Amino acid sequence: MPQKKNKKLQPIQKQLLPADISEETLHTFYREMLLIRRFEEKAGQLYGMGKIGGFCHLYIGQEAVITGVQSSLSDGDSVITGYRCHGHMLSAGASPKEVMAELTGKVAGVSQGKGGSMHMFVRGKFYGGHGIVGAQVPLGTGLAFANKYNGNDRVTVTFFGDGAANQGQVFEAFNMAALWKLPVIYVIENNQYAMGTALSRSTAIEELYRRGAAFGIDGQRVDGMDVLEVKRVTEAAVSKCRLGEGPILLELMTYRYRGHSMSDPAKYRSKEEVHKVRDERDPIENLKKLIVDSGYKTEEDLKKEDKSIRSMISEAAEFAQMSPEPDPSALTTDIYMDDRWVDRKNV
Amino acid sequence: MSEISVREALRDAMAEEMRLDKNVFLMGEEVAQYQGAYKVSQGLLEEFGERRVVDTPITESGFTGIGVGASMGGLKPIVEFMTFNFAMQAIDHIINSAAKTLYMSGGLIPIPIVFRGPNGPASRVGAQHSQCFASWYAHVPGLKVVSPWSAQDAKGLLKASIRDPNPVVFLENELLYGEVFEIPETEEDIIPIGKGNIVRAGCDITVTAFSAMVPKAIQAADMVAHEGISVEIIDLRTIKPLDSDIILDSVKKTNRLLTLEEGWQSSGIGAEIAAIVVSSAFDYLDAPIERITGVDVPMPYAANLENIALPQVNTIAESICRLCHKRI
Ligand SMILES: Cc1ncc(C[n+]2csc(CCOP(=O)(O)OP(=O)(O)O)c2C)c(N)n1
Ligand SMILES: [Mg+2]
Repeated sequence: MPQKKNKKLQPIQKQLLPADISEETLHTFYREMLLIRRFEEKAGQLYGMGKIGGFCHLYIGQEAVITGVQSSLSDGDSVITGYRCHGHMLSAGASPKEVMAELTGKVAGVSQGKGGSMHMFVRGKFYGGHGIVGAQVPLGTGLAFANKYNGNDRVTVTFFGDGAANQGQVFEAFNMAALWKLPVIYVIENNQYAMGTALSRSTAIEELYRRGAAFGIDGQRVDGMDVLEVKRVTEAAVSKCRLGEGPILLELMTYRYRGHSMSDPAKYRSKEEVHKVRDERDPIENLKKLIVDSGYKTEEDLKKEDKSIRSMISEAAEFAQMSPEPDPSALTTDIYMDDRWVDRKNV
Repeated sequence: MSEISVREALRDAMAEEMRLDKNVFLMGEEVAQYQGAYKVSQGLLEEFGERRVVDTPITESGFTGIGVGASMGGLKPIVEFMTFNFAMQAIDHIINSAAKTLYMSGGLIPIPIVFRGPNGPASRVGAQHSQCFASWYAHVPGLKVVSPWSAQDAKGLLKASIRDPNPVVFLENELLYGEVFEIPETEEDIIPIGKGNIVRAGCDITVTAFSAMVPKAIQAADMVAHEGISVEIIDLRTIKPLDSDIILDSVKKTNRLLTLEEGWQSSGIGAEIAAIVVSSAFDYLDAPIERITGVDVPMPYAANLENIALPQVNTIAESICRLCHKRI
């Protein structure tokens, strides 16, 4: 089904901006989400050209989740997620060049080409980038443990998928977080699918926000396609957490437009289903409409913006392709903090 | 000199490091109020309070992940496993989250953490509670693996492990906790990771051992001394990085090698040592290398079967004599 040009967008619920949301904020959100989308589209292209190897999980469709959440955080707060982490990296302030160079496995990459698409970090802010489904949940809980131990008021946001929500260690972490009142916000990015498995085929009770109930963790379901709603709810959660009222669970309803990873043709769902979400709930299109309707920017202004983002991403792609690969000597560095331990005999 | 048990040595190591570094804390099942399932953390709750001595629910995967996350967040956790058998629930975090993160992050995210607890065969507890994991962890780049025998080594190596900026798997032995050793009172009692120790010098054969196999090696060496065989015993102390120099130097002198371990033979520590010696000191060998290990079976419960599943002093002595062409 070809994409219709004049699609009918569902207007964002609140026609009037909430008092605390400035037009400037809307604009920033727009740029940040668009940056992620254009980045991911380019990553998809580079993957198709064979410039990116292995697994590559795109975030297209889910941009409002990290953008809204990140905007509610302050310096010192931390974020952790699974392998679908490009958007989280960009949102944490990593440069598109360095993230793209990591995807192409180059030494200029954020992990010097040794992590790849799934393993990227921003020290003090974003803690990865983890490939074992669910493992980031105790890890994020541990980051929160460290903050509580240190007696500061920092908050950790731990993201995971609807599929990851079924892992046993998630419940182990919930229990300890609740027992020790840790300042952690669990954000389930419910994009309806875990690879090819629809939520209804994997999950006895689909209201994932209720998953914390057994531990007394408050849960809330949020429209994860509405960046303003995400911001509003997360801000409230963050303030509660800072006051020692964590942990908190948020289920953000979202959708990924692309396959699970680049190798997935997504045969397990209909094209119509995807198009319907794109047409009706797209976080960027809806925000764009709000901005234009508010009169803050014209469609023309935003187009220009898009163009400048595209060119920034093209530069990043160029950079990522032109940069050198890591020196072979990098093979055996960073295994231990003191690399004299490394046995180079069999290199 | 003072007398101290391995149990106390481990506790003292933790207490001393916790006094020195406020980021060091202990977590695990029964470590606080119960004072440790094997009473290793005796007194720590009283001194350091429940903020730094943390009882966890029975959730190895969960609390190990929390420990690793806390390490990412700047703390230096000591994660106690009630025994290493249960760490299999958590081995994903030990390997995938702790050992690999520094590398995956291009050096950005260090994980200073100690995973410790009793390892190896215990007594009459059956297959699921009686197993040596040394070779499992020694296989993993990014981990250091330590397994001491004496109280002095236990203390010095645990202190070194806590100070180490990398993930360290610290394998203790339940049956050694009550063993008492003389320990010199020195200012600096750190023992560096990665260094073996010649616990007995000799010239006819090299025997490598670690943890509970060291005293058995010593007994066997006493037995064969009557036959005029002089055994050099190396306590490996660290399994990874293995002190291959100390082994090679010794084999070049004795020209014979017997390796001991309680773990299974297949792909074990002995196989690794044999490969190192064959590739670097082949010409020095006057006899085939022998490995005495636990038998490749799940640990049986029956006393007699358990006995023959584990390396015994007699067998060790016989093997030494055979390699040295002597009969007992
Ligand atoms: C422990 C583990 N099991 C299986 C996999 C393979 N795997 C990778 S992603 C994935 C689906 C996860 O889905 P979800 O949690 O919903 O996250 P999403 O991909 O939708 O973001 C699976 C099964 C894995 N990486 N780790
Ligand atoms: Mg999903």
